[in-house]
Amino acid sequence: MNRAELLACPECDLLQSDSAVPRPHKALCARCGAVLYQRHDQGLDRSLALTATALVLLGVANAFPMLSLELQGERTDATLAGAVAALWSQNMQLVALLVAFTAIFMPLAELLALAWLLAPLRFGRRAAHVRPLFRLLQFASRWGMVEVFVLGTLVSYVKLGHLANVEAGIALWAFVGLMLVMAAIDAHFDPRDLWEHAG
Amino acid sequence: MQASAASSGLLSCGACTLVSRATPAGVAQCPRCGCALHFRKPGSLGRTWAFLIAAIALYVPANTLPIMLTHSLFGSQDDTIISGVVFLWEDGSWYLALIVFFASIFVPLAKIIGLAVLCLSVQLRVAWRREQRARLYRLIESIGRWSMLDIFVVALLVTVVQLTALASVRAGPAALAFGAVVVLTMCAAQSFDPRLLWDPAKEPDERRAAA
Repeated sequence: MNRAELLACPECDLLQSDSAVPRPHKALCARCGAVLYQRHDQGLDRSLALTATALVLLGVANAFPMLSLELQGERTDATLAGAVAALWSQNMQLVALLVAFTAIFMPLAELLALAWLLAPLRFGRRAAHVRPLFRLLQFASRWGMVEVFVLGTLVSYVKLGHLANVEAGIALWAFVGLMLVMAAIDAHFDPRDLWEHAG
Repeated sequence: MQASAASSGLLSCGACTLVSRATPAGVAQCPRCGCALHFRKPGSLGRTWAFLIAAIALYVPANTLPIMLTHSLFGSQDDTIISGVVFLWEDGSWYLALIVFFASIFVPLAKIIGLAVLCLSVQLRVAWRREQRARLYRLIESIGRWSMLDIFVVALLVTVVQLTALASVRAGPAALAFGAVVVLTMCAAQSFDPRLLWDPAKEPDERRAAA
């Protein structure tokens, strides 16, 4: 398809020719400065490796407590699922769903979609259902808020520190790692590479 | 004058960015990823305003009602978002107070005002400082998610403290309103089409048809 060499800026619609940006580099719009695309050496392989890492971290982050509070010998653990359940039991179902959606389901959906799209390419096959999963990937990366959740946990940690003994749990560290790995995926994954290989 | 894709009869896919030629009949589909193609997001300004007005309406209860209800042996206390920030400030955690103030009060307000300014500037067809307005839009889109901070903090505090004998913490009604404000402002930012900022002011017919 010869028009693949033409690029339209997603933010200002300026038509420009693809100057075949050398890897690893970002192509910026000549008029408004928006990122047109970024290329990386082995971007797809690295994205896949980072996705596998992130899935492990997400599992750990959900299985262990984020924070533990000790008050007069009594110990309470706060897991992510526990936080959702606590909000639910207080008649805050919508808020509980919002937390579950942005901190658990959307990051999980993003990582599973990436793994589904990238893993077959690694073995020289074409993934099935590329189109709906690509759309799911874009939606999920917009609504997943791992980094905000990490900051929220840190704020809670300091707030609780005034009340009692607080301990950062394993899940907090896993979430910090997940935040960094997902930022690295954002920097390495270029959908253009995906379309080139997935056809 | 630099040519936009739309003025050349080309559609760029909002999902996968592929540029393809517009066909005369019906709703076009991206040949690569299958998404519906539009020159500009359909009904962009109307949808953005609708989300914004809903967000403004909920912004009031989000800030006046309590977001966290604390009961302890030392009495009970209802915290609004602002009183939570003040508490942190007076407590000496000024850096946390700044973070929470920025995420919970400044960001939602800045998003609402910023998007309203962008919508108005498109509707009044001003050519004023396009690049700065484009940058403003990019900023609004990227900082919006940080407003969720307070919701996450409330969720964790509620969980940790609810079971202890000394105190109980419950989420207040403002949590629901505030969560809605965050979602609505994010939807508003996504409904806005930044390409409208760059469209020439001269061809209102073409733009009206596209928007």
